[in-house]
Amino acid sequence: MTDQPASTATRSGHALELRGVSKTYGTTHALRSVDLDAAWERVLVLFGHNGAGKSTLLRVAAALVKPTAGSVTTAGFDADRHTQRVRAATGYAGHGTLLYDDLTPEENLRFYARLHGVPQPDERTGEVLRDVGAERWAHRRVRGLSNGMQKRVAIARALLHRPALLLLDEPDSGLDVQGQAFVETVVRAVADGGGAVVLSAHDPARGLAIADDFAVLRGGRIAATGEAASAAPDEVAALLSAPPINTSEGAA
Amino acid sequence: MRETLRAALTIYAKDVRLELRTRETLFSVLAFAFVVAFIFTFAFEPSPQLIASIGPGIVWVAWIFTAVLGMNRTFLLEHERGTLDGLRLAPVPREALYLGKLLSVVTLLVTVEALMLPAFLVLYDLSLFNVWFIAIALAATVGIAAVGTLFSAIAVHTRAREVLLPMLFLPVALPLLIGAVTGAREALDGEGWDGVGRWLQLIVAFDVVFLVLSSLVFEYVLEE
Repeated sequence: MTDQPASTATRSGHALELRGVSKTYGTTHALRSVDLDAAWERVLVLFGHNGAGKSTLLRVAAALVKPTAGSVTTAGFDADRHTQRVRAATGYAGHGTLLYDDLTPEENLRFYARLHGVPQPDERTGEVLRDVGAERWAHRRVRGLSNGMQKRVAIARALLHRPALLLLDEPDSGLDVQGQAFVETVVRAVADGGGAVVLSAHDPARGLAIADDFAVLRGGRIAATGEAASAAPDEVAALLSAPPINTSEGAA
Repeated sequence: MRETLRAALTIYAKDVRLELRTRETLFSVLAFAFVVAFIFTFAFEPSPQLIASIGPGIVWVAWIFTAVLGMNRTFLLEHERGTLDGLRLAPVPREALYLGKLLSVVTLLVTVEALMLPAFLVLYDLSLFNVWFIAIALAATVGIAAVGTLFSAIAVHTRAREVLLPMLFLPVALPLLIGAVTGAREALDGEGWDGVGRWLQLIVAFDVVFLVLSSLVFEYVLEE
């Protein structure tokens, strides 16, 4: 991997800082007063069951969703005041691929590279396609590619503009062992290259294998945080299936 | 400004490429426009006097229904493909996203209108190849697209999106449509600037107001 994080990002402090972040959709509380930090050169894995708030947290961090309350600072930029800078410093790959089915991977990446103002978009597109091993099917329409291939291109799209912070929402889902190894390689390359990665995962064993740090989300609150090296998969699994937490338990 | 224009043209080029490849919007919208125009031939005997009187109205009814259908798909396709997030993640001014989509809508509508001109000639013996008529049509199309693009982005976040766009769009665009129909009639009656000019000025004034307001409001429409 050849990705170096965006040079505009500020390296002091944390890569991502959430302070008292809440998000409600109507009467549903997706996030409740979340405090969370992600450090530079480290991989933070978010664990949580479906509906725990993992996707909302990542969307808030990517400046795709405005929080109802609280503040988000990404790569040193306040997401509310410097939204464009946060978007420039962040690479996001969610559940959907964000790819146009009737364009080829190359056309998709070229489009997004131009939209992000990447210098020499054609060269960068070729470089990223090589990095994710998608050269061979770069000229086939996306709709004709397998789920695993599409996922690789989706991650390539998130890496195009050399983001300082990479946000991945369940990147392993639907991938075979090779695909999972690819995700691990990408994640490690970004963190080792000076950036930071926050990703969500269901499987504690798999997640802890990639993570430097972890956080457990339950009912929109942070139930636990810690270093991956000092946690066992069983402990994380127990935290995930614990009964709903009280407000006083929600400390990060 | 340069960054906004660059991003807008990037989105426009992508939309054109996708449409040329799939042709899904142009064909469905064009078929609809022909059907609307064709149905009117059964409603009355198209005598020259009657056509002179209601021809411009028929033309604009066909074009407006077509425009609503086409504009509805502008953000709907992005929403259904899940690519709307990809646009929203771009570190560019939101006006750029609006402008790019506006250019796509204008291109679609102008293409449909141009392809419909021979149909009106064949079905109603109504020649629309008139400089003033074309000026009115182009100016009104920009205004229609300006409002429609904004409301399409609003409607896409709702459940009743197919119904909501015409409900929002038609009342707001009504002054523009009145100017377009009346100006078109004056143009087809053989009037020059003296007859058509005031309607053209009215339409252009609405265009400016709609473009400025829509681009200012668009940022808030797009945020979740």
